[in-house]
Amino acid sequence: MEFDALLLSRLQFAFTVGFHIIFPAFTIGLASFLAVLEGLWLYTKKPHFKNLYLFWVKIFALSFGMGVVSGVVMSYQFGTNWSVFSAHAGSVIGPLLAFEVLTAFFLEASFLGVMLFGWKRVGPKLHFFATCMVAIGTLMSAFWILAANSWMQTPQGFTTAADGTLVATRWLDVIFTPSFPSRFVHMTFAAYLTTAMVVAATAAFALLRGKSNAENKTSLRMAVLMMAIVAPLQVVAGHESGVVAHEYQPAKVAAMEGWWETRAQQPTILFALPDEENERNIAEIGVPAIGSWVVAGDVNAELEGLDAFAPEDRPPVAIVFWAFRVMVAMGLAMVGLGLLGALLWALKRLDTTKIYHRLLVLPGPSGFIAVLTGWIAAEVGRQPYVIYNVMRTENAVSPVAGEQVALSLLVFMVVYAIVFSAGALYILRLMAKGPDTDEAPPTATDRPPGDALAATEGA
Amino acid sequence: MFLGVELSLIWAVLIAVAVFLYVALDGFDLGVGILFPFAKSPKERDQMVAAIAPVWDGNETWLVLGGGGLFAAFPHAYAALMPALYLPIGIMLTALIFRGVAFEFRHHGRERGRKFWTIAFAGGSLVAALAQGFVLVGFIQGNDFIDGQFVGMPLDWLTPFSCLVAGGLALGYALLGATWLIFKAEGDLLKRAQIWARRLIIAVMLAMAGVSIATLALDPLVTERWGVSMMHIEWPVFLKLAPLPLIAGVLALLIWRDAPGPRHLRPYLLSVALFAVAYAGLGASLWPYIVPFEMTPAEAAAADNALGLMLAGAAPMLPIILGYTAYVYWLFRAKVPADEAYH
Repeated sequence: MEFDALLLSRLQFAFTVGFHIIFPAFTIGLASFLAVLEGLWLYTKKPHFKNLYLFWVKIFALSFGMGVVSGVVMSYQFGTNWSVFSAHAGSVIGPLLAFEVLTAFFLEASFLGVMLFGWKRVGPKLHFFATCMVAIGTLMSAFWILAANSWMQTPQGFTTAADGTLVATRWLDVIFTPSFPSRFVHMTFAAYLTTAMVVAATAAFALLRGKSNAENKTSLRMAVLMMAIVAPLQVVAGHESGVVAHEYQPAKVAAMEGWWETRAQQPTILFALPDEENERNIAEIGVPAIGSWVVAGDVNAELEGLDAFAPEDRPPVAIVFWAFRVMVAMGLAMVGLGLLGALLWALKRLDTTKIYHRLLVLPGPSGFIAVLTGWIAAEVGRQPYVIYNVMRTENAVSPVAGEQVALSLLVFMVVYAIVFSAGALYILRLMAKGPDTDEAPPTATDRPPGDALAATEGA
Repeated sequence: MFLGVELSLIWAVLIAVAVFLYVALDGFDLGVGILFPFAKSPKERDQMVAAIAPVWDGNETWLVLGGGGLFAAFPHAYAALMPALYLPIGIMLTALIFRGVAFEFRHHGRERGRKFWTIAFAGGSLVAALAQGFVLVGFIQGNDFIDGQFVGMPLDWLTPFSCLVAGGLALGYALLGATWLIFKAEGDLLKRAQIWARRLIIAVMLAMAGVSIATLALDPLVTERWGVSMMHIEWPVFLKLAPLPLIAGVLALLIWRDAPGPRHLRPYLLSVALFAVAYAGLGASLWPYIVPFEMTPAEAAAADNALGLMLAGAAPMLPIILGYTAYVYWLFRAKVPADEAYH
C-alpha cells in the first residue's frame, strides 16, 4: 500500500466526514427535541419543560458549532482533494449541494442566533418559531446531503456530454434515486435515536445520583418513548435500505453479509473473520439459509456472492462486514432498551428501577457508533467506485502532491483531536450537572431542629 | 439564456456578490477577533464577542455559498483553483475551526481553557484573514494549468506580493471590526474603537496604495487594462478607471472624519463601501476571467440545465435569505451593554 495523494485523500475524507457526521447526527435529533420541549412549555406552561429546554440548548450550541466548522471543511474538500470528481460530476451533484446551502444552512445559521441570544429579546412564540426553523433546517440539510450521496450510490437521470462530463437529463430522477427514500428515513431515524440515547443516559445518570425531579423523569420518558417507537421502525427502515442495496449494489450487500459464493440458501453470518486473500471466512458462525430469506424473502433465492465480481470490482470485505455488524448490534440494543423501558413504564416502575438506569448510561454514545459504522458500511461498500459503476475513486483524486495531503491530514487530526476533546469535556460537564429545577431540594427536614444550618436554609 | 443574458454570467455575478457579502459581514467578525489582543480587560473582550455572536454563523455561511456555489455553477473553475490553493485553503479552514468553536468554548472553559480559547479566537481570526489574502493572490496571479488541471507547485501562492495583500486584507478586516464595534459598543470600548478605526484607515490606505502599484507590475494584462505601467500612463485608458482610486480616497477621508462622530453606523457602512471600491477595481482588472487568464465563466460553467435549475431555486431563496438575515440584524441592532453576559 503506497501512501500517495489518493490513499491520503481517502483517509482525510473519511476522517473529516466521520468527525463531521457525529454532530449533525446529534443536532438533527436535538433540534427537533428542543422544538418539542419549547412547544410543550408554551402549551402546558409547566416549568420543567422550560428548564429542560434551557439545559439542552446549551449542549446544542456546543455541538452545532462543532458541526458548522467541520462542515465548512467539507464544502471545500470536494475541490481541494477530489477536483477531477468535481469537474466530472459537478453539473449533476453540484445543484443538490447548492440547494442545501440555500434552503438549510442559512436558515439554521440565522435562526440559531435568535434561538441562542433572543430568549430575552423576542416573545416566546417568536422564539419557538426560531427553534422550529432551526429544526426544519437540520432536516432539509439531511434531505439534500442524502440525495447527493444516494445519487453517488445509485446514480440515474444523467448522460455523458460531448466533453465527457456528466449532465442531468431529468432532475427528479437525480434527486429521488432508488436508494434515497429508504436512506433518508434511515438517517433521520438514526439521528433521532442518537439523541434519544444521549438524553436517556443523561436523565438516567441524574436519577442514579438522586436527582429525582420532574426534569429528569420527564426527559427519561420522552427518550424511552422515542426509543420504543423508533428503534423497531428503524429495523424496518434499515431492512428496506438493505433490500434496495441488494438490488442496485449487490457487491456491497455480499460484503456486508460475508457471502463469498453465489448460491441459494445464503446464511446469516453472526461472526466470521473474512479472509480476502483466499476468498473465504475463518471461524464462521451463522444460521444457514435465512440470509436469502431476509434479503429476498425466499430461502431458496440464489443470491450473488463476492465471486460474482472481479476482485478489482469488490469493496474491502472485512471493514464492511464488521462495520455492518456493529451497527446492527447497536440497533438491536436500542430496540431492547426501548421495549424494556416501555414495559417498566407500563408497570409504573420506570423511575425506581435502578438497574434499568444503570443499563442506560453506558449506551449513551451507542447512536454515534451506529451512525459511524453505518456510514462506513455504506461508503466503503460503494468502493472501488466514487459514483457507483460510473467513476472509480482512483480516477477522482486531485492533481496534488502527496506531501501536501499528508500535512493537511496530520493538521486536521491534531486540530480535531483538540476541538473534540474540549467540546466533549464541556458537554459532559454540563450533562453531569444536569438541568436546573424549580423544585426545592429535600434537605430542610433532614436536619435536626435547632441545627444552625437548618435555620439559615429558610432565609 | 435567461432574459437574454448568459446563465453563466448571471451565476458569476451571483457568486461575486456572495463572496462580497462574506467579506463585508464575516470581515467584521474576523476584524473583531484580530482586535482582541488590543482589548483592555476580559470584560471588554466579552463585549466584543457579544457584538458579533448572534450573527457570525450566518455570516460565515456566505463563504459556504461562495465555495459551494463555485462547485455547483463553475465546477471546472473549482476543480482548477482548489488544488492550486490547497495549502492556503487548508490554513483558512483550520483557522476558521478555531475561531468558530471559540465562541462557545470560551464561555464554557474554566480559567485555563478560557485563556486558550481566547487566544484561539484571536489567532484563528488573524490567520483566517491572512489565509484569505493568500487565497486571493493565488487566485488573481494566475496559475499553471494544462487542460484545466493545476500543474504548478504547492507554494506558488507564497510571494512578497501575496504577503503584502494578506497583510492589507487583515488590516482591512480590522477596520471593518473596529467600525462595527463603533456601531455596537458603548463606553470605554466605543472610544477605543474610534481610535482604532482612525489608525486603521491610514494603514489600510497605505496597504491599498502599495497593493495597487504592485498589481500593475504583476501582469501585463492588468497593466493594459488600467493603462498604467511603471514607465508611463496612457491617459485615455486610465481616466475611465481613475474614479475608483479617487472614490477610495474620498471614502478614506470620510471614515477618518466620521469615526469619532455621533453617527455610529456610518463608519462601518463607509468601510464596506471602501471594500466595494477595491472589489470593483479587482473585478475591472480580472474581467472577464473566472480563473484569471485561463477560463471565462462560460468555459468553466456547469451544464445549462444545472445553472437553470439553480437559478430557479436561488431566485426565490436569495430574497428570503436576505429578508430573514436583515430581520436578525434588526433584532440585534441595539448596543451591547457594558455588562453583557453570554447567552
